[in-house]
Amino acid sequence: MKKSFDVLIVGIGGQGTILASNVLGDACVIEGRHVRGAETHGMSQRGGSVETHIRIDGKFGSLIAPGTADLLIAFDVLEAVRYRHFLKPDGVMIVNREIVVPTSVFSGKQQVPTIDDVEAKLKAGSAKVILVDATGIAAKAGNPLAANIVLLGAASHILPLAVESLSEAVSRNVPPKTVQINEKAFNLGNEAV
Amino acid sequence: MAEETPKKYLLGNDAIAHACLEAGIDFVSGYPGTPSSEVVDKLRAGKDPWYYLEWSVNEKVAFENALAASWCGLRSIVTMKHVGLNVAADPLMTSAYTGTKGGFVVLSADDPFAHSSQNEQDSRMYAKFAQIPCLDPSSAQEAHDFTKTAFELSEKFSLPVLLRPTTRICHSKGDVRLGEPSPSTRKGEFVKNPKQYVVIPANTRPLHVILTKKQHEVAKYLVEAGLNSAEIRGKKAVIAGGISISYVEEIIPDDISFIKISAYPIDRNWLAEILAKHTEVLVVEELMPVIEEAALQAASSTVVHGKLDGYLPHEGEYSPELIAGAFEKAGLAKNTFPASPEVTQVAVRPPILCAGCLHRSVFYAMKKVFKDGVFPSDIGCYTLGLQLGAVDTTICMGASITVGSGIAHSCPGTDVVSTIGDSTFLHTGVNGLINAVYNNTNQIVIILDNRITAMTGHQPNPNTGLTATGEDSPKISLEELARACGVSYVESVDPYDLTYLLATLREAKEKPGVKVIIAKQPCVIMNKRLGIKRNRYVVDAEACTKCGACLKYGCPAIETDETGAAKITALCTGCGVCADICPAGAIRRGGARQ
Repeated sequence: MKKSFDVLIVGIGGQGTILASNVLGDACVIEGRHVRGAETHGMSQRGGSVETHIRIDGKFGSLIAPGTADLLIAFDVLEAVRYRHFLKPDGVMIVNREIVVPTSVFSGKQQVPTIDDVEAKLKAGSAKVILVDATGIAAKAGNPLAANIVLLGAASHILPLAVESLSEAVSRNVPPKTVQINEKAFNLGNEAV
Repeated sequence: MAEETPKKYLLGNDAIAHACLEAGIDFVSGYPGTPSSEVVDKLRAGKDPWYYLEWSVNEKVAFENALAASWCGLRSIVTMKHVGLNVAADPLMTSAYTGTKGGFVVLSADDPFAHSSQNEQDSRMYAKFAQIPCLDPSSAQEAHDFTKTAFELSEKFSLPVLLRPTTRICHSKGDVRLGEPSPSTRKGEFVKNPKQYVVIPANTRPLHVILTKKQHEVAKYLVEAGLNSAEIRGKKAVIAGGISISYVEEIIPDDISFIKISAYPIDRNWLAEILAKHTEVLVVEELMPVIEEAALQAASSTVVHGKLDGYLPHEGEYSPELIAGAFEKAGLAKNTFPASPEVTQVAVRPPILCAGCLHRSVFYAMKKVFKDGVFPSDIGCYTLGLQLGAVDTTICMGASITVGSGIAHSCPGTDVVSTIGDSTFLHTGVNGLINAVYNNTNQIVIILDNRITAMTGHQPNPNTGLTATGEDSPKISLEELARACGVSYVESVDPYDLTYLLATLREAKEKPGVKVIIAKQPCVIMNKRLGIKRNRYVVDAEACTKCGACLKYGCPAIETDETGAAKITALCTGCGVCADICPAGAIRRGGARQ
């Protein structure tokens, strides 16, 4: 029934989840393959939790069913926890080792979660968890904002797409002035895993 | 040939916009609304467009503009979200009577699950109500193809055609094959014909007869054109419409017939013939049971399952796994999707007003001055003021002032403070202000003026000073407009100046009648794009008493450090309101420029 390779990219509005998904979508088009994607637009972007579905070789709808995603790419450890149930039991998650604590935790005087706590929760599941210091690596590449591309580089070992197609798609999607930084970010991400 | 052009990974809305170019569009209008906004945004970004384009002040205005363009023989499209069609419903209903000349497409984007909306209404009902054709695409490619079809249909039957993509079409992407843009050389000409365009009773009665006659022809044509189709494969069938077609395609077994409804009205005879070949059918469509009711009417002995007998929900959006559950119940196929494993509890992360957003300081001040006040609000980013306890009602565009008036007249002695954004005020808010003044209402109206339509993606409005295509236009004066409505107390304030804002609210509290306060600061996202920077603020950790007053302000730039003292992060945009709030004086300007 299911023939597509399903990737869920999650993060916080403004972190570049859509750009990351565009890279995957364009890589599919470069290879002449079908693809479907679903995005979060509108009000949810205002610092809220966002999810982007990408179905490589997808011909039907764009939504991935919970418990069936092959790969989860998370820009933040809390978001990885929030969406982990989308992964199939033996799925893989690639997670930026970074935490942005929701404002509601501070204004509501809740317990502030730490990366270590959240990491332990993630690793308690059956999925394979790969943590990457994407923000740090992106900074080394020249801009911490390229963390999204670092994560794609790290994911390139698992994605059923040629590294060349991904790399070409990266340069098509990032602002022209930042192509070099992003290419470096992609390569460093690829080497980090 | 179009077949040879390479495919692109495109957003549904971008595919629709491109199809407009291929159809040789002449006239574009709309009012922003998620999930529809990118269609006009894409078209207005076009270099050297040959077509006229505008963001209108509201959907009724946009609709009438585009309708008139059609009457002049031009191809026109008007775009809006589903609830915008309520605003445009008045011209919609009668435009079916008058008919059209140039192709006229009404794009009304539905939002099942209300991702970004106040309700889940189904635009297909409007098409039925107005007796106009409706196209309901199931993919980004179909959204593209149907847009072109819609122009042709409109011209064939001289009717407006409703194009109804849903959120999962508008904001989904796919590999889409596009054609070439086809610049239009049409020249608009209005040919007088009062029998068609002046709907006095004597004219409208025969127009209604013509409209009724068109219905059967349209329904028949939609089948002939392959927009509604059936693959007979067994004694049981699934009938699906719109995005649900793609979900059903993913899971339907080979021995179950598949009937696809992509266009309305549905030909009753055709449907009856198909139903007669089946013992049982399951109807799969999001929101209203439009196809299901048609199937029930057309069926003689076939059993029809759907929403009405509880196989599928009326609410929310569908998904393959949800439909698989209904398949199993109907005995069509086993549901092989895994049960959704339990979600680990994790701190919620709802959308939130940006650091430095003017709305936050206004809400803070309102809560300070009007402890027992009632706060009707409106549709925009500021609806997020709900999290700050400063939004008590939201129902539709422009309803803050009117609901405020109703509460003020119903509960004398209550402080009513309505908040409304500049774009929403100019959309349908100003009528409520006129009414409030006319009827001697006691009410404070705060116009949250950030000079842009922010929530839907920063579209310009009459308060911006720019048209949709970036030309200068006279910037409306909200102060003079309020005064012209008869308001005598009109004050403009800088919401970053908390002391003055509080003083103004206290002054207004003591005055009778309608008071208008205009809080002016540009949207911080626009500031960032324009490169406008302010120095950040910092907390003097030694002076911080850890009282938590700044944290309660709810700014995403304020956190606590390991010791529990406040800390200001790199998100700070330098509005400085927290420095005024801090009772210990521990927050001061001094950080790096953002």
